[in-house]
Amino acid sequence: MDLSSINPAVLAASLMVAATPIMLAGIGELISEKSGVLNLGVEGMMITGAVSGFAVAVMTGNPALGFIAAVFAGMALALVFGVITQVLLANHVATGLALTLFGLGLSALIGQGYVGVNPPRTAKLEIPLLADIPVLGRALFGHDLIVYLSILLIAAVWAFLKFTRAGLILRAVGENHDAAHALGYRVVRVRLMAIAFGGACAGLGGAYLSLVRVPQWTEGMTAGAGWIALALVVFAAWRPWRLLVGAYLFGGIVVLQLNLQAADVRIPVHYLAMSPYLITILVLVIISSDRSRAALNAPGSLNRTFHAAQ
Amino acid sequence: MIRLEKRPTPSRWWTAATPVLAVLLTMVAGGILFAALGKDPVAAIRIIFWDPLFSAQYASYSRPQLLVKSGPLILIAVGLSFGFRANIWNIGAEGQYIMGALAGAAVALAFHPMEARWLIFPLMVMAGALGGWAWAMIPAILKARFRTNEILVSLLLVYVAERFLAAMALGRMRNPDGGGFPGSRSISGYPSASNPELIAGTGMHWGVVAAFIAVIFAYVLLHRHMMGFHVRLLGQAPRAARFAGVVPGRLIILCMGLAGLLAGLAGMFEVAGPAGRISIDFGSGYGFTAIIVAFLGRLHPIGILLAGLLLGLTYIGGELAQLTLGLPAAAIQAFQGMLLFFLLGLDFLSNYRIRLNRAEAA
Repeated sequence: MDLSSINPAVLAASLMVAATPIMLAGIGELISEKSGVLNLGVEGMMITGAVSGFAVAVMTGNPALGFIAAVFAGMALALVFGVITQVLLANHVATGLALTLFGLGLSALIGQGYVGVNPPRTAKLEIPLLADIPVLGRALFGHDLIVYLSILLIAAVWAFLKFTRAGLILRAVGENHDAAHALGYRVVRVRLMAIAFGGACAGLGGAYLSLVRVPQWTEGMTAGAGWIALALVVFAAWRPWRLLVGAYLFGGIVVLQLNLQAADVRIPVHYLAMSPYLITILVLVIISSDRSRAALNAPGSLNRTFHAAQ
Repeated sequence: MIRLEKRPTPSRWWTAATPVLAVLLTMVAGGILFAALGKDPVAAIRIIFWDPLFSAQYASYSRPQLLVKSGPLILIAVGLSFGFRANIWNIGAEGQYIMGALAGAAVALAFHPMEARWLIFPLMVMAGALGGWAWAMIPAILKARFRTNEILVSLLLVYVAERFLAAMALGRMRNPDGGGFPGSRSISGYPSASNPELIAGTGMHWGVVAAFIAVIFAYVLLHRHMMGFHVRLLGQAPRAARFAGVVPGRLIILCMGLAGLLAGLAGMFEVAGPAGRISIDFGSGYGFTAIIVAFLGRLHPIGILLAGLLLGLTYIGGELAQLTLGLPAAAIQAFQGMLLFFLLGLDFLSNYRIRLNRAEAA
């Protein structure tokens, strides 16, 4: 066992990379849940984003186009979910599961010719001056665009929910859809937009996984990242900045676990690989056992079907 | 304008008709998907749904496979349907299936090479049921005690179970005489522990028998027993259920436990029979496909029986299409997912009435 091989600066840098996919998927799901829609299809949208981003990036040789394709793929899949739950009024839970099952199959189908292919490299965007700070500079300011974009997105969602009228409408629809409807807001339209945003973010997160984090395409490569993103939203109590903290904490655990595997600790690899899932469960239990908190933060109309009588 | 009007009670006719309609629509959409992949859609659909049972060339091999594939699907789906009716979402049956198989295999491997079928096989059945049950108890107790979301916990435990399976296949359960290759000793080749084909050429094994018993048992429980009534009540009117004396926590434990038990049994019968041994890729997705089976069967035991046979058919048909048409294995998974989409999308027909009103003055 050799723990000294673990370098904190490298650890911090890879932590941010490891956290970005779930943070992106999480912030999308947060908006969707704030509007009252629990979309359990995050895993399916992520993996579809992962494969379509990968395929387009390989075909065009341009990772940026890959990311854009992933956004649209995630959004397209999310809109299927949106139409079935909002227009055809199906059960959210079951439809979300269908989305995940379908996404896993579809992605494996699309990704057939891409196993073992190397994607084009996504350029690093070193922030001038800041990246030159010893230790910290490399860890925090030497990443690619998507890492910074994900942090900006958190800030933007926070500002949107807190300061804008549209954000207030979105929250109203999520808290009490009947009241929002009575006030003349288009509940279904707002929710469809929120679902589409969730899909776009999940797609982007998936593409980050296949184009930067791994970077390879393998079947089922998201390995539960979408579900962890769902848990992250609960952990964050539907607050954007807490989501960021949660994602980085989780990223830290994943990276540490990988480092321990590499450092030859006397725990078998497969048991170490369980740890992210077990820690997520543990955190969920701690959060949900606090009765007053858990009930206060969840949007009031979460997971309820809206059907206007007239 | 088209408008949906809620029916006072779900239409019985549409409840029965929508699954059939969904299957037909999936065939059409699947045909389009296969055509997009450059395959002849009509041939693909025929190979998936018709040839496994009736083609002179393949049927002799694939017909018995129907029960082999459908058995675990039906067994798991029957268990899941109780929870789904009560709005308890155990979606981690795949994990419970794996843990049941591991528990069953552990018993068999512990007794190897002793010959005592009367002792070992029943013990394996019990261990399998217990393994699945215990794995399901984790989300159940967390839900009942701490209100932790059972959807997330049960699903995350699937990944834990898969890692545990890999650890076992490469570690404690590895065949000591296997030359270092991953995977356990053959359990189906160990007479005291094997789950053989009971009637030659039918694919019938103890797991299929268990599935049929589970269907009958579930039917009686659901329609003739207080617990079934409580399950339905909790799902349809949680507040009324509270007044009727239903304790949600107890029902959560019961429903999840039942699902875990049956999934564990399915895993145990699989590892001792068709799969034959513990290997890294033992988890074959039955636990997830069973969710589709449960919904396609309308959460009704008889419906699940039929839906399980149909989805079992898509498995065999998918394999056949892989062989003859070179259709990718993943296509069938996408196909199954699509089926669930269509089913849920059509669900509104049984709960709502479509009204066409020409902009009348109110």
